[in-house]
Amino acid sequence: MFWHILSQPELWAATLAMATPLALPALGGTFSERSGVTNIAMEGIMLIGAFFGVYFAYLTNNAWLGLVGALVAGALISLIFAWITVSIGANQVVVGMGINIFAAGLTTFMLNTIFGYGGTPPSIPHLPNLNIPGLSRIPFVGPALGQQNVVVYIMLLLVLAGHYFLFHTNLGLRLRAVGENPQAADTAGLNVWNLRYLGVIIGGILSSLGGVYLSLGLLNSFEPNMSSGRGYIALAAMIFGKWTPLGSLGAALLFGFATALSIYLKGTPHVSTNIVQMLPYALTILALTGLVGRSTMPAADGTPYDPRK
Amino acid sequence: MRTCLEIRNVTKEFPGVLANDHVNLQLRDGEIHAILGENGAGKSTLMKIIYGLYQADSGSVSLYGQEMHFTSPRQAIQAGIGMVHQHFMLIPALTAAENIVLGGEPGKVHYRRKENEEMVRQLSKQYHLEIDPSVKVSDLTVGLQQRVEILKVFYRKAKVLILDEPTALLTPQEVEELIGVMERLRLQGIPIIFISHKLDEVKKVSDRVTVMRAGRTVATVETNQTTPQELANLMVGREVVLQVAKPPQEPGSVVLRVDGLVVVQGHAERVKGVTFEVRRGEIFGLAGIDGNGQFELVEAITGLLPAKSGRIVFKGRDITKTSVHRRTAAGISYIPQDRQADGLILDFQLAENFVLRDFTRPPFAKAGQLQMGAITHHAERLSESFDVRPRRIHSLAGNLSGGNQQKVILAREVSRDPELLIAAQPTRGLDVGAIQFIHDKLLDLRREGKAVLLVSLELEEIMSLSDRIGVIHDGRLMAILPGGHVTREQLGLLMTGVNPEKEG
Repeated sequence: MFWHILSQPELWAATLAMATPLALPALGGTFSERSGVTNIAMEGIMLIGAFFGVYFAYLTNNAWLGLVGALVAGALISLIFAWITVSIGANQVVVGMGINIFAAGLTTFMLNTIFGYGGTPPSIPHLPNLNIPGLSRIPFVGPALGQQNVVVYIMLLLVLAGHYFLFHTNLGLRLRAVGENPQAADTAGLNVWNLRYLGVIIGGILSSLGGVYLSLGLLNSFEPNMSSGRGYIALAAMIFGKWTPLGSLGAALLFGFATALSIYLKGTPHVSTNIVQMLPYALTILALTGLVGRSTMPAADGTPYDPRK
Repeated sequence: MRTCLEIRNVTKEFPGVLANDHVNLQLRDGEIHAILGENGAGKSTLMKIIYGLYQADSGSVSLYGQEMHFTSPRQAIQAGIGMVHQHFMLIPALTAAENIVLGGEPGKVHYRRKENEEMVRQLSKQYHLEIDPSVKVSDLTVGLQQRVEILKVFYRKAKVLILDEPTALLTPQEVEELIGVMERLRLQGIPIIFISHKLDEVKKVSDRVTVMRAGRTVATVETNQTTPQELANLMVGREVVLQVAKPPQEPGSVVLRVDGLVVVQGHAERVKGVTFEVRRGEIFGLAGIDGNGQFELVEAITGLLPAKSGRIVFKGRDITKTSVHRRTAAGISYIPQDRQADGLILDFQLAENFVLRDFTRPPFAKAGQLQMGAITHHAERLSESFDVRPRRIHSLAGNLSGGNQQKVILAREVSRDPELLIAAQPTRGLDVGAIQFIHDKLLDLRREGKAVLLVSLELEEIMSLSDRIGVIHDGRLMAILPGGHVTREQLGLLMTGVNPEKEG
């Protein structure tokens, strides 16, 4: 029976679909933390992205403009986050938590104020699914990989681009340097604050895209707290993936698989859905307690840098 | 000879402190110019002004006759100032090559790993500073890390090399190598500023010496026309006794016995079966290069780390499994090597820091309540008899200078009337005056018949104070030697794991 389930392409399609809203904020978190700013605000920024995606799509009647608006909103909220944590040097975890609470309240409030209590209208345009020509005709692989939402493919490209950026470009080297030892980076002539702003804002844009995928890609609506903890699971995926884009994707796929499996196994006799539904969260705890492999976080992650000291 | 770098009448004031007071300095082309001074004499401030980290209130810095106004290190680097900081400014998670090119990477977008490593290899050949560019800095020894730092400076085409206390963390052999490097650089015509508070090194390597005291440059002298005694006097402004007066004394009974002690930290065995004794009225010095298990040994004796096997016997009682608190109460005092992290609570007042060991016991606490009167009185008495300055017992420990912080710890530990004092690096980073004060106190304890276990990375300190010297290498005691009759070379060899007697 086990092999039978694994041989269903729909399971793998669902894995990829479920991994995407984890991989994007995990990649975002990687950028932020590699630059030395602990980011637990992914959850809130996802909500901002999800809401403003729908809102701008509703205003312009264009899903792509909705996406652009959401990314701008995500960039703005992370700009505020960066200002408070980098320039003012406030505690990053506390501010991150504050952003999460703020975002949950703001989006629910705006939803009710703008759209009323009936929720977002069903007529809102959404981001299309793509049919990759060629790929979709291959048996098994086609149904698994070839007919996903456009954001899934964007995510895959962004993970590759993120890996290249962090580990094979000069700017990536600098970003990692300020996350490891900002004082050394400063004396080497780098602008620590600018680089950290960059890391946080890239992180915010990517997290926001994760939210857009939920609202304009999967569900075609906004619901209060629709990120439902994915930002925190993404945090675990980032740690699990050892603060690397490829590792984050791998961890997100694992969590996505657990989620997909739990959906797939629903209604199957002899399998407790409670246990299966528990899987992603159990994996999260394992990742966060460091039981799965030792991860070394960026050395200066979480420490504000004050150049005057 | 041309003047390369000139500092004229530089003054810098911080709230309440005149850190630099009309400082003058002339660095000539191709010379090694030492800047000598106690901690707090203003050396670091001056260097930070030259490097653009601070801006002078008045005065000027000029490079080859051109006046400079740096507002950031970036500008100083561009102008050709190269600085190797005392605490390395390296990123352990990156490779040597990445550290060297960081901030000035060739090419626009792509990081050219191969080309950069090849270029660093060429650079290291050119300056005779051999390193492997592809190795992560965290895997390099301290000496090699310093080479990376120096190469970093030359990669940025420095015209002037500033070495800030470069020998502080090195082994005697690495110091010799560094001196060799400096001499080769001098031959290549590169002017070097060498900051130090170690007289012998300054005497050995420099062409000229500028002495700083209390924020002023008090004198610039030709090195070969001066004596260490004269330099020391200039530095502290009074006659200093460089030799410690230590009357001979018969040691008494055994206070501490360590027997086959093995200590594991992390996954590594750091102490591998160490046996020795410390007796009443003696100072037992433990010499060794940093990272050879000496501090794990100390932490096992104080109870901070568990012993894997072996025994620790204090005054005839086995204390191997006794808690830290009980060991302290039994009469063990401890000066930890990191005074700011482990010795004091920087955010607490002096008065509170003075009773950290004993605040649960009378007279400082009664029925679970702190007796502020007794605590204040105790603090006043101690800060007076140990000359802690400023004498404000309600100011925070973090506001004191390093020397005064150490006096607070020393006062606390000594005033408990211990049977055994364990002093780990008690004078690290202190100036001559404070060092002398602490050495005197250790000798006082010896005279009173207490046992002292002194762990230090400074050979001079070990050699001048110890009655017996144990040399630790890679977690093992290489030898225990009588204090009076050893040479630096002997100790240096043992510290690097070479035992001439066994091999010869």
